[in-house]
Amino acid sequence: MIKDFFSLAFKNLKSRGIRSYLTLLGIAIGVMAVVSLISLGNGLQMAVAAQFGVSANQLITVQAGGLTGYGPPGSAVVDPLTKEDADALARLSSVENTVTRNIRSAQVEYNDRIQFRYVGSMPNEKNDLDLVYTSLDVETVSGKKLKPGDMGKVMLGYNFYGKPEEWDGKQITAGKSILINNKKFEVVGIFEKKGSLILDNVVFMPEDDMRHLLEMDDIADLIVVEPKDKDQIDKTKEDIEKLLRNRRNVKEGEENFEVSTPEASLATINSVLNGVQIFIIIVASISIFIGSLGIVNTMTTSVLERKRDIGITKSVGAKNEHIFLQFFIESSLLGLVGGLAGALLGITIGVLGIYGINNALGTQLKPHIDFLLIFFALLGSFIIGGVAGIIPAMKAAKQNPVEALRG
Amino acid sequence: MQKSKVIIELQNVCKYYKMGENILKAVDGVSLQIREGEFVAIMGPSGSGKSTMMNLIGSLDVPTKGKILLENQDISTLTESDLAQIRGKKIGFIFQSFNLINNLTAKENVSLPMIFQGYSDEEREFRTAKLLALVTLKDRMDHLPTELSGGQQQRVAIARALSNSPEVILADEPTGNLDTKTGETVMDFLKDLNKKGKTIVMVTHDPNLAKHFAKIVYWLKDGKVEKVTKHD
Repeated sequence: MIKDFFSLAFKNLKSRGIRSYLTLLGIAIGVMAVVSLISLGNGLQMAVAAQFGVSANQLITVQAGGLTGYGPPGSAVVDPLTKEDADALARLSSVENTVTRNIRSAQVEYNDRIQFRYVGSMPNEKNDLDLVYTSLDVETVSGKKLKPGDMGKVMLGYNFYGKPEEWDGKQITAGKSILINNKKFEVVGIFEKKGSLILDNVVFMPEDDMRHLLEMDDIADLIVVEPKDKDQIDKTKEDIEKLLRNRRNVKEGEENFEVSTPEASLATINSVLNGVQIFIIIVASISIFIGSLGIVNTMTTSVLERKRDIGITKSVGAKNEHIFLQFFIESSLLGLVGGLAGALLGITIGVLGIYGINNALGTQLKPHIDFLLIFFALLGSFIIGGVAGIIPAMKAAKQNPVEALRG
Repeated sequence: MQKSKVIIELQNVCKYYKMGENILKAVDGVSLQIREGEFVAIMGPSGSGKSTMMNLIGSLDVPTKGKILLENQDISTLTESDLAQIRGKKIGFIFQSFNLINNLTAKENVSLPMIFQGYSDEEREFRTAKLLALVTLKDRMDHLPTELSGGQQQRVAIARALSNSPEVILADEPTGNLDTKTGETVMDFLKDLNKKGKTIVMVTHDPNLAKHFAKIVYWLKDGKVEKVTKHD
């Protein structure tokens, strides 16, 4: 008998006007928000992480003065790290290798236009250079990468090449020359788009050139540390902190330097993302609540419109509970239709979003389609529809057959 | 000739409606007996209480006072669910305005009452096909009511009324919305059914229809039986 009520409910749904389906928007939007959020999955995390320049490599970075200052790292530090610090760190038993990096801003001139850009140093040693390339994970779109001993040459971020409008319409390609702080450099290569504001606009320059150009002596804005054992990254971090406390003469808890691991950076990003997710879930809940009111409304209207049908059905032997079930099931199915629409839209947004992220970052992410989640979202919509239909269905069931037949 | 058993009995049945300060006595102390296999007409001008009486006999409504016995069972004290069961099993309704459900096909309309009596799918299919053949509409079974003529719709309604093999057919002005010729066809179906043994109670305001088809005519006025005439 239940099967028959389902097929009757389907017939009623089919003969319903567009109006009743519009009331499902709330549920559809709520389910869509949740499903798309989950489908984007770690793609969203990757996108945000890329913006902040956090790589998934197991490398530790050390900076002086903490992360609270403005401007490029190191530029406002009283007691900067030095190459000697890096050498000392390299001698730790838990450390494989260290590389110093410098990041400063400089004036870049090309085609009579002047822009200010970050300049990052590239190490001279081949091993060190390889480590930086691995951690950046970049390939060139024009020209080639900087090699050890490439003096007077630079490698540029994608936007120098991809946004010629910043240089009065003249594209910068490999082989061209640019002026940095009024000194001429040859461009050897442009690297691919990374989707990060920093990396896409950076100038990479050999370390010796940069020290000379910016008069930096042996200051190290950043020391990149490669741990010996990637599973012992926290222990390595402790060793680094201990050594630097000694060298810089500071007590525990009063450090004037910061040692950050990829986990810590990701944790910050994740806490931001969690906030976003909570917000989306709140919006989704409100939307679903409003959607369920829409179902109450459309079902109540439908009870009034189908008063005569209720009377007829009662006159041919339907009990009150039969009428209740019929409207209840119809309302549940209505909720399910909303959920289905939402799930389909959510998956579409998830897939398109991942496609967009892959395009922007050059990643190979796959959308995360969680069938269990979709099942529960649909079940949830079905139940919400049913709950919303309880009162209208009770009203329908209580109709007096004689009055109902009058229509 | 031995008399058949009494199938419906009304004992001093009253139905009052409160209309503000006044009490409207729609049915006011009616007593009558309807026997198995009879063709009975309830006649009267509008407002005489015939429709109310039809609703009471059809157990769509309960009386304010008095007893209604359907096969010796007092239906005036039953719960709504029990009344629904009795309606489904023992009574088939035919209405003036056909009262088919518009988004169901002829076939689905006919099989609807069987759902509530728990017939299996196959049984329903089989009986529906047979009933639609009986009212010569087998070729129309997948049509919606709006695609059928008035006469065809009323024949679907007759098939529906018969779907649970009820004891009694209640017809409320069955030809009221039809032209004379289609009306006659519908009446012929009812006459046939009566010949096969079905008890038929018809409400009408058309004296010719009552005289021509019914064996017993109850004339109602102001909620009371004014006179009873018998034809053979």
